[in-house]
Amino acid sequence: MSQDASLMAHLMRRAGFGATRNELEECLSDGYKTTVDKLLNPGESNHMPDDLIRRYHVDQSELRQLDGAGAYWLYRMVTTSNPLEEKLALFWHGLFATGYAKLNQARALLNQIDMFRQYGFGSFRDLLVELSKDPAMILWLDNNENHKEAINENFGRELLELFSMGIGNYSEDDIKECAKAFTGWTLKNAEYMSVRASKDSIWPYGRIAWHYEYRANDHDSGEKKFLGEVGNFNGEDIVDIIATQEPTARFLSTRLFQYFASDEVGDDGNQVIKAMMDSYFESGFKVSAVLRTLFNSDYFKSEKCRYSRVKGPVESVVGTARLAGSYQEPTLDVHFLWAQTMFMGQGLLAPPTVEGWHEGVEWIDSGSLVERINFAAKELSDPTKYGVQDIIRRVTSGYRDFIQPENLVDSCLDFMGPIQVGADTREGLIEFAESQGDLQLKNGKTDAGGSAQVARLIGMIASTREYQLA
Amino acid sequence: MANKGKSLVVVQLSGGNDYLNTVVPYGDEEYYDFRRTVHIEQDKVLPIDKVYGFSPHLAPIKRLYDQGKVAVINGIGYDNPNRSHFRSMDIWHTAQPDEIGTEGWLGKVIRDLDPKAENVLTGVNFGRGLPRALGVRGVPVASVGNLDTYGLFPDIKDESAKKLALDAFAHMYGGVQGKDPVLNFLGQTGMDALKGADILRTAPQKYSSAIEYAANPIAQGMKSIAQVLLADFGTRVFYTQHGSFDTHSGEIITHAKLWDEVSGAVGDFYDDMQEHGREDEVVVMIFSEFGRRIKDNGSGTDHGSGGVAFIIGGEVKGGMYGQYPSIREADQLEGDLHFNNDFRSTYSTIVEKWFGLDPVPIVNGHFEQFDFVNA
Repeated sequence: MSQDASLMAHLMRRAGFGATRNELEECLSDGYKTTVDKLLNPGESNHMPDDLIRRYHVDQSELRQLDGAGAYWLYRMVTTSNPLEEKLALFWHGLFATGYAKLNQARALLNQIDMFRQYGFGSFRDLLVELSKDPAMILWLDNNENHKEAINENFGRELLELFSMGIGNYSEDDIKECAKAFTGWTLKNAEYMSVRASKDSIWPYGRIAWHYEYRANDHDSGEKKFLGEVGNFNGEDIVDIIATQEPTARFLSTRLFQYFASDEVGDDGNQVIKAMMDSYFESGFKVSAVLRTLFNSDYFKSEKCRYSRVKGPVESVVGTARLAGSYQEPTLDVHFLWAQTMFMGQGLLAPPTVEGWHEGVEWIDSGSLVERINFAAKELSDPTKYGVQDIIRRVTSGYRDFIQPENLVDSCLDFMGPIQVGADTREGLIEFAESQGDLQLKNGKTDAGGSAQVARLIGMIASTREYQLA
Repeated sequence: MANKGKSLVVVQLSGGNDYLNTVVPYGDEEYYDFRRTVHIEQDKVLPIDKVYGFSPHLAPIKRLYDQGKVAVINGIGYDNPNRSHFRSMDIWHTAQPDEIGTEGWLGKVIRDLDPKAENVLTGVNFGRGLPRALGVRGVPVASVGNLDTYGLFPDIKDESAKKLALDAFAHMYGGVQGKDPVLNFLGQTGMDALKGADILRTAPQKYSSAIEYAANPIAQGMKSIAQVLLADFGTRVFYTQHGSFDTHSGEIITHAKLWDEVSGAVGDFYDDMQEHGREDEVVVMIFSEFGRRIKDNGSGTDHGSGGVAFIIGGEVKGGMYGQYPSIREADQLEGDLHFNNDFRSTYSTIVEKWFGLDPVPIVNGHFEQFDFVNA
């Protein structure tokens, strides 16, 4: 397989959930730069439509419960034509981690995810303003309890620490002033809604939709001193100041780098982050500009960047489903798909705390690794799956009577990615393929037994260490 | 010094167990006033005294209670009760009611019992996915869905095909360690998983018992726990759960079935331990995230507060602990039972008296202890 294809597969693993060979060929005909542009300017998404989903899933019409809501988003990730849109929404979901546990309002969470789709590529300033008005966030971090007469610092603190600048770049006084500026930012009928949330009650009328409300009479309109500036700041003014801070540019660029490029930031990584920070300021805080700089950087394209990230559980589950071509039509099994994310340690829409998930190698422990391998191996060793059949067709094309184990291994690795593997892995795979003997063909085609034989090998490749990496 | 050889089995009743229909205030007329439909008939109750008694679906637990092996912790809960399943369960798991905690209390117990993480099986969860109670960074816990098929490639049914796959896996993960620390870590973790599974899978073969557990999931879960415990792999903390106890409707039938299953499983487990002379080495704790509303809704009961926990074992000092909360209108908390003892008192008792560990960092504070278990 050519260098171009390896690079493109790398881009699609990072800016999406991996590519099938069909998708990869389309990208290759566009070329790298155009593909990056298309990913960053996705336009309308093509994905499983709501009317179809609702015909099969009552729970995904009401979206009251966590698992149905998680499954609903997974359908979107698995079937979308705009993979980066979802991958980026998943990034924001991890960064601005808002969890179901305290809210008992799955639809409000999905509205937040929708907001990420709408604002996620644009100005980081605008995104932070929308985040501050997001009802799920307001309840999650108690801004409904942040009053003119008695501030609650929770949101103000996390806005600075976890969402924008990072600890060490502001004082405790800045936190208080920040909190003051967000007094009165609440949701309609907040008192009732928070009682309902804590009681987890659907009576009466089921879940009630949440809306942002600004209460001028509960807003502290007095003078505030924030990061050295003085004024009668409201929330937007605070975000304006935050957006122009160098620590904000560094924080955002670093987090994007770790999510899209490498878990560990080395010297060359720091160079890229610097360039990303420049793009941040030059573009007026545009996330898409920061990402363009990253994807087009020499480091991102280098061999060094490949396989330097541990796939997150959701990414892994979605990538596997897309490669297998499964979950393209409504099926009750989609709840099992959501449960998988929980088993692997990243329950979608249920981050454990506002810190989000611990990523990188911390995704891996013996329990979660077993879950990952068992899921991917089962999904991809099933010769009835459309995506698996497509790989089998491509692997056997050009052969007539039989394929030797070594060729079969290399060919499967190619059409599943291409995936590059180490020597030990390749030897283990060849040993496995040899135990099954040559793949016999009839006029260039496999019979049922032959298809199952290739599928077993594909499942084995999904069990490798390299498959756990992006 | 942590006590050797003692273990804890936690049984989580997910969904919010209805306290009033578990330990029934059958001698209190008001119970039947509030519970017009969803109640246990007076003549069916298994009496503890003139006022309180067990639901008939707890008969095996009643039998152990009569032998003095069951501590009933009445009115257990925490301040400002949260009636959300997820949040309240998190509170029980992290022992942090006031803020969102990151470390599970049992994960911390496991870390203190095995500080160098020498045994990958010190904590074993029966079920898929790790309950937050067991989650602490760097503390390995095995999560076992099904002991018979536990490990890699459970979907390959054919034994010889499975062996080929496992051999290839060992080759791929156990190969020469290279320079890449992440690949090395993955290799090590994969080999640990393989090893852990190999050890665990031997448990059913080593096991023999006259006890016949029922076929339902909690009975099979308790059987698996018995198998692993009796195989002496050094496991000290076991976890399993059963549900759903979220009985908003059709409670009479569902609640009865669930308790038949749980009490049957726990009773069989105790007998199994006794058969092997091990009943003094293990304590079972049964808990739920909250109780349910005092007044029924005509078919079931809604989320409430104030609950009951059970501690069962050979070394347990049986009896009623805590206060059974008054159900009188004037004494209610927004239509619910008032708790009167913090769940962290029970945790502290287990951590210190049973395991010989310092409970303060584990339960995040000092709490008065009960005297329900011999040190």
